Amino acid sequence: MLKSSAKKLVSGGVKISEVYSPFPIHGIDPIIGVKGTRLGIMAFLYGLTGLSLATIGMYYFMVVEWKMNIGGKPNFSYVENILAFIPVSFEFTVLCAAHGMAITYFLLNRTLPVMPAQNPDPRTTDDKFVMEIRLSENHGVTEEKLDELLKDTGFVELEKKVIE
Amino acid sequence: MQKEAAIREPLILGNKTYHDVTEDVCGPIEGKAPRMWYILFTIALVIGLYGVGSIMYLLGTGIGVWGLNKTIGWAWDITNFVWWVGIGHAGTLISAVLLLFRQKWRMAINRSAEAMTIFAVFMAGTFPLIHMGRLWVGYWVLPIPNHFGSLWVNFNSPLLWDVFAISTYLSVSLVFWYIGLIPDFATIRDRAKKPVAKRMYSILSFGWSGKAKHWNRFELVSLVLAGLATPLVFSVHSIVSFDFATSVVPGWHTTIFPPYFVAGAVFSGFAMVQTLLLVMRKAMNLEAYIHTKHVEYMNIVIMVTGSIVGTAYITELFISWYSGVEYEAYAFLNRATGPYWWAYWSMMTCNVISPQLMWIRRLRRSLLFTFFISIVVNIGMWFERYVIIVTSIHRDYIPAAWSMHYPSHIDIAVYIGTIGLFFTFFLLFARYFPVLALNEVKTILKGSGQSYKESPDYYKHH
Repeated sequence: MLKSSAKKLVSGGVKISEVYSPFPIHGIDPIIGVKGTRLGIMAFLYGLTGLSLATIGMYYFMVVEWKMNIGGKPNFSYVENILAFIPVSFEFTVLCAAHGMAITYFLLNRTLPVMPAQNPDPRTTDDKFVMEIRLSENHGVTEEKLDELLKDTGFVELEKKVIE
Repeated sequence: MQKEAAIREPLILGNKTYHDVTEDVCGPIEGKAPRMWYILFTIALVIGLYGVGSIMYLLGTGIGVWGLNKTIGWAWDITNFVWWVGIGHAGTLISAVLLLFRQKWRMAINRSAEAMTIFAVFMAGTFPLIHMGRLWVGYWVLPIPNHFGSLWVNFNSPLLWDVFAISTYLSVSLVFWYIGLIPDFATIRDRAKKPVAKRMYSILSFGWSGKAKHWNRFELVSLVLAGLATPLVFSVHSIVSFDFATSVVPGWHTTIFPPYFVAGAVFSGFAMVQTLLLVMRKAMNLEAYIHTKHVEYMNIVIMVTGSIVGTAYITELFISWYSGVEYEAYAFLNRATGPYWWAYWSMMTCNVISPQLMWIRRLRRSLLFTFFISIVVNIGMWFERYVIIVTSIHRDYIPAAWSMHYPSHIDIAVYIGTIGLFFTFFLLFARYFPVLALNEVKTILKGSGQSYKESPDYYKHH
């Protein structure tokens, strides 16, 4: 419903500033011009950082600084003893990737513990879907034209606000 | 919206709207707690505090207050540790693995299963820490520069791998759980009337607003976290099994341990989920969301993992004989016929026979029977760890060192205490947190809701 009306509006030359919904609407992003996120790449980079840190750390602790001799098997080289280092490398990679990505996600969203709610209507987290259209971002469309286009969409409520 | 086959049972029963979902999940949090909640909470808290008191006594006196002796240096403590970690495997498995497999029934149970996971891992972590005896130097397990010179922790030791595995698992599960909770906290925040509640949920929800871009990121973050958490789940219990498998103790030194421990962990975790959810759905009137079909799905998982565990037991037994290593063969013969035969046969009955009953459709769809089996499996899985740990070491190579383990009352009190604390945490969760991923459930309402599936328009093309 929201998707088809958004399509109509966009084809009428309207730029939709924001959509608020209680749950993700699949397929809305390309219609309103939201680009795919690059958080996945970030997670990979964080993971790579974790892996490098773990490798450097264990190489230094176990091979360079103190060749601990366990059961007559001292750690003379990292490669020959790599099997023992795989579990920690894996865990640390996951640790860094997951937390790095989560922190980036919170910062990008500007969702942090002290942040105030940004949704225009409290019902958007229950069962209402809101489309926010700003005239200031739509120089090609007059208010009358917009009203006409909106009429066809079958909206439930329309609220006009003047923002300074 | 995705449509599904007509023969698939709807996942949400009755005629629900988006708003009803919100009401059904938020209602119990906003209203007054029922009297039963206070009664259960008090009981759990008293038991938990008794456990905390016992731990204080143990720390003050030393771990000699446990029933350990010089032959049996690991007994209830590590049994409880592995038991709790195992239980803590269902939550992330449900939310991560089932997300990757696009199993929609997970949405009704993932939230509470993850909460259970986190609390179970808390309890698990307690045991190695108090086993150190000197809790206040617990940070020595971390690789930090110290005043002892060039002395680092031993990265060749599976016990250290465990430190990394458990802490990574706990913190990643916590983040995964919390990211999912944020939109639901926002729903409660936007409904809250009382100023204190509004303020609290406002802080908890991080100012979430449900913008399209945020949802876009949310979905990717969930997917990537699921991808990371899936191998993590398997790694954690594999590493727990390395604690035993890399030793040279007959009965522990087996290569079958990692897969067998992972299957056992999932098995016990799902059993605990059943125990909790069967009560919760009733107490909080969530029968429309968590119904017989969900219970049946979980019972099938219990049946499959139970069969893997059973196969592993029998393989282990066969290999101990086939290996020709007499010490190995003796360890297993001693398990089944030695002084701990009762523990071995309790384990066999609870873990091998009981899940096979789930092949019968009527039984696996019976809620009462499921509840009973879930308790049986939990008991059985505790015995499994006890059998592996205690029976393998109680008869050493030198008969003069042979010994038995008798738990002291502190052993019992600490164990029962962690169960009390676990329920205390879970009851608090059920009281103040959205127990169902309500906004996620809304996404499947039109695809899997009963009233939508039964309407004549459902299979029409739009």
